[in-house]
Amino acid sequence: MAAHRLSPSLNRLLLAGKYASFWTRCCAVHGYAQYSTACSPNEKTFDKILIANRGEIACRVMKTCHKMGIQTVAVHSDVDASAVHVKMANEAVCVGPAPTSKSYLNMDAIMDAVRATGAQAVHPGYGFLSENKEFAKRLAAEGVAFIGPDTYALQAMGDKIESKLIAKAATVNTIPGYDGVVKTVEEAVKISQDIGYPVMIKASAGGGGKGMRIAWNDEETREGFRFSSQEAASSFGDDRLLIEKFIDNPRHIEIQVLADKHGNALWLNERECSIQRRNQKVVEEAPSTFLDAATRRAMGEQAVQLAKAVQYSSAGTVEFLVDSNKNFYFLEMNTRLQVEHPITECITGLDLVEQMIRVAKGYKLQHKQEDIPINGWAIESRVYAEDPYKSFGLPSIGRLSRYQEPLNLSNVRVDSGIQEGSDISIYYDPMISKLVTYGATRAEALASMEDALDNYVIRGVTHNISLLREIITHPRFISGDISTNFLPEVYPDGFKGHQLEADSRRELLAAAAALHITAQLRSQRRAPSVATRCPCVKVEVDGQWNLASPLLPLAINGTHRMLQFKVRVLSKLAAQLNSYMPEKVPEDTSSLLRSPMPGAVVTVSVKPGDSVAEGQEICVIEAMKMQNSLTAARQAKVKSVHCKPGETVGEGDLLVELE
Amino acid sequence: ITDIRQAKMAAFTAALRSGALINGLRASFRTLPPVKYGAVAAAVPPTNLPRGCRWSSASALSVKERIDHKRKTALCGGGQHRIDAQHKKGKLTARERVELLLDPESFVESDMFVEHRCSDFGMEQDGNKFPGDSVVTGRGRINGRLVYVFSQDFTVFGGSLSGAHAQKICKIMDQAMMVGAPVIGLNDSGGARIQEGVESLAGYADIFLRNVMASGVVPQISLIMGPCAGGAVYSPALTDFTFMVKDTSYLFITGPDVVKSVTNEDVTQEELGGAKTHTTVSGVAHHAFEDDVEALLNVREFFNFLPLSNQDAAPIRECHDRSDRLVHSLDTIVPFETTKAYDMLDIVHATVDESDFFEIMPNYAKNIVVGFARMNGRTVGIVGNQPKVASGCLDINSSVKGARFVRFCDAFNIPIITFVDVPGFLPGTAQEYGGIIRHGAKLLYAFAEATVPKITVITRKAYGGAYDVMSSKHLRGDVNYAWPTAEVAVMGAKGAVQIIFRGKENQAEAEAEYVEKFANPFPAALRGFVDDIIEPSTTRRRICRDLEVLASKKQLNPWKKHANIPL
Repeated sequence: MAAHRLSPSLNRLLLAGKYASFWTRCCAVHGYAQYSTACSPNEKTFDKILIANRGEIACRVMKTCHKMGIQTVAVHSDVDASAVHVKMANEAVCVGPAPTSKSYLNMDAIMDAVRATGAQAVHPGYGFLSENKEFAKRLAAEGVAFIGPDTYALQAMGDKIESKLIAKAATVNTIPGYDGVVKTVEEAVKISQDIGYPVMIKASAGGGGKGMRIAWNDEETREGFRFSSQEAASSFGDDRLLIEKFIDNPRHIEIQVLADKHGNALWLNERECSIQRRNQKVVEEAPSTFLDAATRRAMGEQAVQLAKAVQYSSAGTVEFLVDSNKNFYFLEMNTRLQVEHPITECITGLDLVEQMIRVAKGYKLQHKQEDIPINGWAIESRVYAEDPYKSFGLPSIGRLSRYQEPLNLSNVRVDSGIQEGSDISIYYDPMISKLVTYGATRAEALASMEDALDNYVIRGVTHNISLLREIITHPRFISGDISTNFLPEVYPDGFKGHQLEADSRRELLAAAAALHITAQLRSQRRAPSVATRCPCVKVEVDGQWNLASPLLPLAINGTHRMLQFKVRVLSKLAAQLNSYMPEKVPEDTSSLLRSPMPGAVVTVSVKPGDSVAEGQEICVIEAMKMQNSLTAARQAKVKSVHCKPGETVGEGDLLVELE
Repeated sequence: ITDIRQAKMAAFTAALRSGALINGLRASFRTLPPVKYGAVAAAVPPTNLPRGCRWSSASALSVKERIDHKRKTALCGGGQHRIDAQHKKGKLTARERVELLLDPESFVESDMFVEHRCSDFGMEQDGNKFPGDSVVTGRGRINGRLVYVFSQDFTVFGGSLSGAHAQKICKIMDQAMMVGAPVIGLNDSGGARIQEGVESLAGYADIFLRNVMASGVVPQISLIMGPCAGGAVYSPALTDFTFMVKDTSYLFITGPDVVKSVTNEDVTQEELGGAKTHTTVSGVAHHAFEDDVEALLNVREFFNFLPLSNQDAAPIRECHDRSDRLVHSLDTIVPFETTKAYDMLDIVHATVDESDFFEIMPNYAKNIVVGFARMNGRTVGIVGNQPKVASGCLDINSSVKGARFVRFCDAFNIPIITFVDVPGFLPGTAQEYGGIIRHGAKLLYAFAEATVPKITVITRKAYGGAYDVMSSKHLRGDVNYAWPTAEVAVMGAKGAVQIIFRGKENQAEAEAEYVEKFANPFPAALRGFVDDIIEPSTTRRRICRDLEVLASKKQLNPWKKHANIPL
């Protein structure tokens, strides 16, 4: 019933790309994984592992466990009771209600689950308790293996300030900055001035871009300090902050390391994660287009030095910022399995989870540095339940009414923990899946990614596929000319959706018209057979017209394309008459502040009668652990306030009304 | 002309002043005096021709030319400036609407030469005669299927209803009944033609009678695309479906000014009888659309679901959605906590062909969901309790909404699929004083008397009398399924235990025992009150198979003059 008028919806919904024999490949390569789990039968590891996580990473870990013949235990919150990771596990234990602090971060409940199920080891995944030394300690005290580094390394690298000192001592290049905890706003301002703007304020305990702000002047320092400490407190329970020089226009390149408990460590090449928004990664690739062999080796060796300096064992990641002159600076070390680990698995052929489990059991590494290859190219797109038209992605929630991963294509790996019918809720990360493609060359991997994105069916939540597709087809990205500022530089006014050129516009119109006519003919109970002619140019459209399928494979002028449509086509008469239809005037929203996303109200800074200036903060909404400041669109007096701190609000809910 | 004006003013001295519609009408009637809703005076535009120069008497033109001239005039309705005024209001003309509603070039017009017969107040002048008068009637096709249409022409005397106007409508309704084809009315009329007096009223009654006679014989759809006030509202009210256009259509018995003078209420016409009011508050209209184009295109889609008459089976569309498709998302849709809501529409969309569901009254009595969909290409009527709104309970409004829909389906051979998650009838004085007993009985009555194929799926709660009502086995449900999450019981565990073990200790224990015994599908399945307990993911496959078998179902109710539903 939704009436999409042609042009705006076409811009937004266009997912036209090359399509290669969709139907014939359907049955080809289901569940093909791009890493090999070597699992030698003589190497006994654990009988049962508890995975203290949820979503795709819990599923990812279980896959390897099952291949290794290890029983798995899932933990879940009550809203996750029917989640995929719960169904996949051999056993499942509910550890509390939906909020993460009461379930996935609830150490007591998880320890109880470990005891109750008799799990011999715990894989923490990423996030949650993965870098929590207290948790690792409690497991150790009960003789349960923590599949990750030991507590010393967790502690040393988990603290940004300490890690920097250790890195310096291990002769790893570091960024100039203040090595200590900043306690007050004024201290922050003073330190920032000493280092020189711009500066980066970040949570000492943080990671994943949370609790991180950039400041270009004193005012922004004050604001950033306040935000970061709040976010740090809510995300990590630790509001300590540090400040360092902000390197403008850098690349974010990280080295995967793997170490055992016998003093051996390897670097498994790099991952380039420069495409970010709000310091969160969106598209990653391995290897990087930017590194030469010498730089790669230098970075790899420094990463290994650091790992050895903290007696690191298990898989870990050393993140670097790389400037345009290929100078690299140590950023932080992530003492866990990274979200983007699949691309390293693709190019090296290693199963990192398997290696982590082996190392945790005390086995030595199987490989030597010279055994580590770079085979081909791998790219990962993070598919999020986000509205990419709002600052490159604001979380959206909903139920996946239709969901189909492009697993029919070859060279595609999808790591996900959801399925058709799953709910994306405000409680957890809005990531839907990690879409990984690989090929012998970067161009091949990119072509596969384009196909895979076109074939990905997601309905029920707003998603960022359109943004991902724009990024990976952008000339700057294709040429490898990227930095962490890629998105704001390429889309200074925000992402507006795909801009159609005349040719593709015509082709799309022809396809839409053909689809419309097919539907019409079906209603008239006539056999559909359509070829469309556009004004001036003939566009030949042919395809299998299955009106029930969300994917429409078409041949347009002989080129195969995969389309996903939701358009309303008007006949010539209807379009003509439509010109008489009045434009419906939308509600004047400048005086109404509505929540741009579902979340919880953290603070409300105004009360009725207050005067606010344009851009002044009115309230702060926290969604998916990110704090978002909502500001006044114009100077006005506050008429009424409709929310209070602690309240949960939905997208579009009225928060504050201005006069 | 001055004389005529005076006469007209005299005719209106008794009329109460009513300004609201006038703003809209003024553009069309230069000499319009104050008008009361539900009655429009045909304004008399200054005629261009000298008096006495009548085509018939002059005979200067051949018959052929006269025919051509009349046809040309008829196509222009009330003239270009009125057409422009109509467009300016964001409305299409009567003919544009018909053209857009029907397949291209399928419209066959009747009575293009009919003119009004009024000879009072100067109406007999040539300049006040418009071939076809204020309505366009005829037949045509929607996706090749026959339909009769009338479209009131606001550019001619404000679409007011004259005797001739009514006669034209009656003619096509009679034909529609005879050949067995639906009637679609496009309403855009200021009301009765006052100059014609009682003849106009007789016209309304003639139409009402035909609406009633056609009821249950051929589907009747009303699309309100302008004002519709006074007695005129009862024609749409008698038809099966009333759709409205937002911002440009109004339905009310009396306009805001009369309301003000009688009850002293201040109300705008939008608040009193706009699309929003009737689709959310009063339940008079079944759907509201953004504008004329949107509305007409949607009626075309809607028409595809309907059979042509009660003698016809509902149409079968070629189905591209596999009938044996498993719907895995349904396996997880019902939450574990029995108190937690979910959206029944998710179940409906996932089950039916291509997620294509035409919801009827989506914004009224939202605790019940009704609408049309297809299963393996066959039209079905869907009824479902909506746990998201008021826990999906049955109350006065939802019972009436459901009952009317079920009766439409039964009248037109459309199988009914019922999804049940109902905690019971809504308690309270408001409901009891409002007559929930007799209104709830309507839904019960409708399900019980229906002889079309009836398939019921209990997704979760089926408590108390509401369980009986919702197309239960006992009301001749053909196939009744329960999902594993189903609970068929007299009431929820807590309430039941409080009654059974009143004043006793160990209430919690008793509650657990009750849950164990009754909060599951077994008690009903043991007794054969549900035919099977099914995996939710197989729901679509099973319903499609069952419908195939039930296509040849024949069931008759005992002979009666007509039944006596508790109104």
